[in-house]
Amino acid sequence: MTPTRKKRLMAVILILIGVGIASALILTAFKENILFYKSPTEILDGDFPKARNFRVGGMVKKGSINKSTTSLDVNFLVTDYANDIEIQYTGLLPDLFRDDQGMIAIGKLDKDGVFQAEEILAKHDEKYMPPEVADMLENKKDEQ
Amino acid sequence: MLAEIGQFTLVIGMLFSLLLAVLPLYGYFTKNDNFMHTARPLAYMQFLFILVSFVILVTLFVIQDFSVQYVWQNSNSILPIRYRISATWGAHEGSMLLWLLIQTLWTGFVAFYSKSLSRGQIARILAVLGIISLGFAAFVYFMSNPFIRTIPAPIDGNDLNPLLQDIGLIIHPPILYMGYVGLSVPFAIAIAALIGGKIDETWIRWSRPWTNAAWGFLTFGIVLGSWWAYYELGWGGWWFWDPVENASFLPWLAATALIHVQAVSEKRNAFRGWTVLLAILGFSLSVLGTFLVRSGILTSVHAFASDPSRGKFVLSLLAIYAGGALFLYALRVNKLKSKIGFELSSKETLLLTNSIIFFSACFLVLWGTLFPIIAESMNYKISIGAPYFGSMFFLIMIPMAVFLPFGMMYKWRKDEMKRVVTLLLPLLLLSAVLTVITAWYFELYKIRSISYIFNSFPVNTGRIKAITGIFGSYWVLTSVLYYFKVYKGNLTRAVWGMQISHFGVAIFIFGVTMTEYTDFEIDSLMHPNETKIVKGYSVEFKGVEKKQIENYQANIGHFVVKKNDEFVAVMEPQKRVYVRSGNPMTEAAIDPGFTRDLYISLGEQINTQGGWAVRIYIKPYIRWMWGGGILMMLGGFWAATDRRYFRMAKKRKQENIDTYLAS
Repeated sequence: MTPTRKKRLMAVILILIGVGIASALILTAFKENILFYKSPTEILDGDFPKARNFRVGGMVKKGSINKSTTSLDVNFLVTDYANDIEIQYTGLLPDLFRDDQGMIAIGKLDKDGVFQAEEILAKHDEKYMPPEVADMLENKKDEQ
Repeated sequence: MLAEIGQFTLVIGMLFSLLLAVLPLYGYFTKNDNFMHTARPLAYMQFLFILVSFVILVTLFVIQDFSVQYVWQNSNSILPIRYRISATWGAHEGSMLLWLLIQTLWTGFVAFYSKSLSRGQIARILAVLGIISLGFAAFVYFMSNPFIRTIPAPIDGNDLNPLLQDIGLIIHPPILYMGYVGLSVPFAIAIAALIGGKIDETWIRWSRPWTNAAWGFLTFGIVLGSWWAYYELGWGGWWFWDPVENASFLPWLAATALIHVQAVSEKRNAFRGWTVLLAILGFSLSVLGTFLVRSGILTSVHAFASDPSRGKFVLSLLAIYAGGALFLYALRVNKLKSKIGFELSSKETLLLTNSIIFFSACFLVLWGTLFPIIAESMNYKISIGAPYFGSMFFLIMIPMAVFLPFGMMYKWRKDEMKRVVTLLLPLLLLSAVLTVITAWYFELYKIRSISYIFNSFPVNTGRIKAITGIFGSYWVLTSVLYYFKVYKGNLTRAVWGMQISHFGVAIFIFGVTMTEYTDFEIDSLMHPNETKIVKGYSVEFKGVEKKQIENYQANIGHFVVKKNDEFVAVMEPQKRVYVRSGNPMTEAAIDPGFTRDLYISLGEQINTQGGWAVRIYIKPYIRWMWGGGILMMLGGFWAATDRRYFRMAKKRKQENIDTYLAS
């Protein structure tokens, strides 16, 4: 091999190693940040990731919001009109969080079957419903 | 009556687009000068009629004609006049008309500033722009017509989304659209060149200022959007990796790659195929972004009311534009081979590397944005968390910052690596020293944010990322400053523009790193006269008062902030309820500063003793991030005014005169 070729080969090898490491790290980041979306019914069937965050969505059940008056704790039920899951959250709630409103929570299910939310999302439009929630409710209607 | 006139001028505008799409091209292929000459007047007429149509829509909002469905849906009688005007582009239909207006405006600019081009060239470019306008005009007229009436006319309108009742939203969409649509100009130039079958450096030189200007607008639009989200959404975040944000970021990444590779193709006549592909990609991603936003296919905080048939229409437009462009490219690809050689150790290689880095970033953002749709078609409902984008972007931007000074210092064609390394070595050491000082001063080494690589190997990534970021910032900064020492003398505007932008990159990296890794956030329940100490600031809550302002009812919180017993600011965040729609909204209070922002937002009342949920943030150096973005924009605009791009104009004019005299 000529010296220039050797240099080129080295450059190519270095680039390949760099690209390889970057791809591995990116794939890991990708894999670890896939958030599955589950409905209360699926969760009760045991169909949810056990050790990592996922999203649960549905409607906030009417009259189920229970806010503490001494802290920022709140718990409520989320429903897909077939089953409910209890959600526990501490912090500021989105503006449009209220009864009978579509919402999505991100977090984990604890041992007692309560969903410990790290983040609660409600869209800034009272007519809005997260597409997943809309689909899910649509399916429920079809089944009935 | 006015609405009908608006509708009518829209149709006329669309007919001019149709003529513009057909006549000049027909003239070009039949070598008929008269037909080719129609290009410019048609471009002006098209703009004029769409402008009238748009002004009429604004007028309908101002005079509150609620018999027009779009006006009725998005405004009401108590909406202040400034928001009545901006409500014009506050929802889907009007914002598409604005898009079309800006499309025809750019076309008009091209027609006006193209004196240096030959008849055939300008006929082709304007015709391609006409085809694009035609598609969007048809979309506005058939799929999202803002002039449709409702019968009987309602007495009062609904409401403009409270989030949009804000100065940020008055200016953000027009600027962003200037960027999106501006990318259609380099696209059209590339297509016109492909039609002609000849792409030389004059074509590319001519498209550079357009690309720079469009990129400048896009940069500014994104900065405005980020700033708006920061103060208006009340969550203190400045970028959420939301699909709609990604939709604006994707064309930006492609355009950034395009700008860098254009430098090579103009100066060295190499990578011409890659330049054409990136020009096609940039505009295609703009259209793809529109599709993602309008079709409602993605869950997003800003998606407009969705309508699948609109999505299909935009997707068809995308298929026609991108598909047609790529087909043409495939036909001409053999003419784009470059014959000019260069060594591996050269500026060419580094600029190619740059474009590959930005292209990869673009691909990875696109992948994360589209993956949920792909998964959904296989019946998995998932979303991709923001940390994916964050860590991916960090990994991609390290090589960007590392290579940037090399790209700047390397010479064209062939350079000694030894020379450049010797040149940059002192800067490397200087940056390292500055990084150590900064890390010590801001206690960056104390940051704790553990993530697990491959689920088992714990790494304190927060600390590593923060320190790497600071180093990257100094590395770019020192080399930009050093550049002026090495390359003294009369620098062109293009070089100045480049360096202003690169300086912006350094400032931006510094701001982002500090904001992301040293910010502080606390949610707490506060009672009147209670004081919280937050990172050395004492924040005293005075209570909340109720007030009726303009078209909303506000609960206004009063906070007094002190540091070391010295007064810093009175902060008054609000919780609003809009009278007409009953929509609640959080309005954060921000005390901006050169080195930090204080940010307080009000949650809701927790108990009857006057206790409220309060969120307090300290955001260090967050202004630097937007400042960096603004510098990048200024650099883009400054470079666009370089005389070199117009010098050819004079030469061409002289040639025209010569040929005229000779004949």
